[in-house]
Amino acid sequence: MSIPSPVLILGARSDIGRAIAHAYAAEGCDVILAARRVGDLERDRSDLMVRYPVKAELAEFDVLDASPDAFLASLGTQPATVVMVVGLLGEHERSLVDDAEATRVMNTNYVGPARYLLAAARMLEARGGGAIIGVSSVAGDRGRGSNFIYGSAKAGLTAFLSGLRNHLAKKNVQVLTIKPGFVATRMTAGMKLPPLLTTTPEDVARVVLSAQKSGRDVVYVKPIWRLIMFIIGLIPEPIFKKLSL
Amino acid sequence: MDRFVSFDDRAGTVTCEAGLLLSDLIDVVLPRGWFPPVTPGTRFVTIGGMIASDVHGKNHHGSGSFCDHVLSLDLMIGDRVLTCSATENGDFFAATCGGMGLTGVILRATFRLLAVETAAMRQRTLRLQTLEQAIDAIEASLESTYSVAWVDCLASGGNLGRSVLFLAEHAQVNDLSREHQAQPFARRRGRRRRVPIDFPTFALSELPVRLFNKAYYAAQRPGDALVDIDTYFYPLDSILEWNRIYGRRGFVQFQCGLPLAESRSGLRRLLEQIAQGRDASFLTVLKRMGAQSFGLLSFPFEGYSLALDFRATPENLLLIDRLDAITAEHGGRIYLAKDARTNAASLAAGYPRLDEFRAVRQRYGLDRRFTSLQSRRLEI
Repeated sequence: MSIPSPVLILGARSDIGRAIAHAYAAEGCDVILAARRVGDLERDRSDLMVRYPVKAELAEFDVLDASPDAFLASLGTQPATVVMVVGLLGEHERSLVDDAEATRVMNTNYVGPARYLLAAARMLEARGGGAIIGVSSVAGDRGRGSNFIYGSAKAGLTAFLSGLRNHLAKKNVQVLTIKPGFVATRMTAGMKLPPLLTTTPEDVARVVLSAQKSGRDVVYVKPIWRLIMFIIGLIPEPIFKKLSL
Repeated sequence: MDRFVSFDDRAGTVTCEAGLLLSDLIDVVLPRGWFPPVTPGTRFVTIGGMIASDVHGKNHHGSGSFCDHVLSLDLMIGDRVLTCSATENGDFFAATCGGMGLTGVILRATFRLLAVETAAMRQRTLRLQTLEQAIDAIEASLESTYSVAWVDCLASGGNLGRSVLFLAEHAQVNDLSREHQAQPFARRRGRRRRVPIDFPTFALSELPVRLFNKAYYAAQRPGDALVDIDTYFYPLDSILEWNRIYGRRGFVQFQCGLPLAESRSGLRRLLEQIAQGRDASFLTVLKRMGAQSFGLLSFPFEGYSLALDFRATPENLLLIDRLDAITAEHGGRIYLAKDARTNAASLAAGYPRLDEFRAVRQRYGLDRRFTSLQSRRLEI
């Protein structure tokens, strides 16, 4: 499957977003980098254009407050692949006691991305085809005491992508769900991550690209996570609720 | 910090952030007909590091060191960013090129590239029985763009300095076979191997290395051949984590330069000392250096440079102290980029402009802001 270009990357400042932009540009796809205070990404834009024979553009974007349809309509070039990388881990302990923080985590991981991808779906459907890629999380596979505010929002995103895939299956729009597991990025800097379960932004980008090309639906970046989350899913609730996971 | 800022592929100049890896630079510029004008023996270095060490390559005798091709750089000293070049903030430029990061943080650099027609090298291999023959052969081939000799440092007596000399030029399109002429910049992506474990101590003891060196010497066929650019410049890069062959204790490097007039006698004494130690590595490299560059602490100067690795053992550290002494007695100097153990006196003996370097640091208060374990050990 060839990659519909240009590629819009929502959340292009993040480490995973940057790696994904490089991976697509290396494939020869034009890219649109969308982020807050996008002027800062001018250096990334020129870097991409020096490295690869592609066009790179910038677009100001905030997953929380802009209007999705107006944002997409304002783009100079209409994207054919839309990648949603936006996410916010937040501080779980703080989210438990601070409604504003919890709301921010929920909106950034579910409400905002779902609204934008819904708008993207309308645009791609009207265009006659394309691809939507959402970076969700293994944390959404089962709510756990240690991160269920983030996890539940990601669970929402996973369910949203699953339903959207179903909705668009006959409309020539591929919908791909990516579940990275632990990734060594600025978001996880300082956390102790188990090496065997941890991947890099570059690996995530490689997997995104190959999964899109081979028409996959749901992909765990490290396959071991599928097994781990399957086992975690099997634990009966009466036992699960007593575990500290 | 690893972004390209601009690349003029007509003029062959690049501006990039200092954290860009040389291997990424090559991947981008080589397909468009350009190559770094000077490259060290590994691609896994940053442009900032190449400037801080003012690295040299196998072409120093003709092309100088890396900083000879740097047009300008941006240097952050505390809260200010200075643009430095030969004509602007020249004192900073001369101190920063080869200055081991002690003058500030290099943010960006602009440098020239070398135009090439292919990603292949025309290599000529010569086997030389003795040190004298090796030096004669190197002196006789100074017009060759690239020149480097591998030395069997365990050979002694009549075989002292037994070497294999590799001369090379960038291949032109019509040097390639017809099938390769259509894609002159195609690179063979050899399989990368990774050293899976720390080697046990005996693996690098005398006998295996002696056998390896003999076999390696015998295996080098004299004559001409076309070789891949990566194979010629970066033989070790295809073996990831190669340092693990030195075992858990790791290794130390030694590299010195000797003035031309003292090179034959000095190299003989160094090699005798090393052969006596019986514990040197299989990778000993002899290079002819050209004229001294402008960097105040820049290493290369006219003469010969000898580089080798040792297992990190107490005996070898003592041996390297003796090599320091021989180097100093012959008016030579030690390469800061390879050093992990020398002392202030040995360093100062080889660098007549060290005081100028210190003066630049003091003038701008950099001596209090930027230090390293090495700068404190060597009182730079």
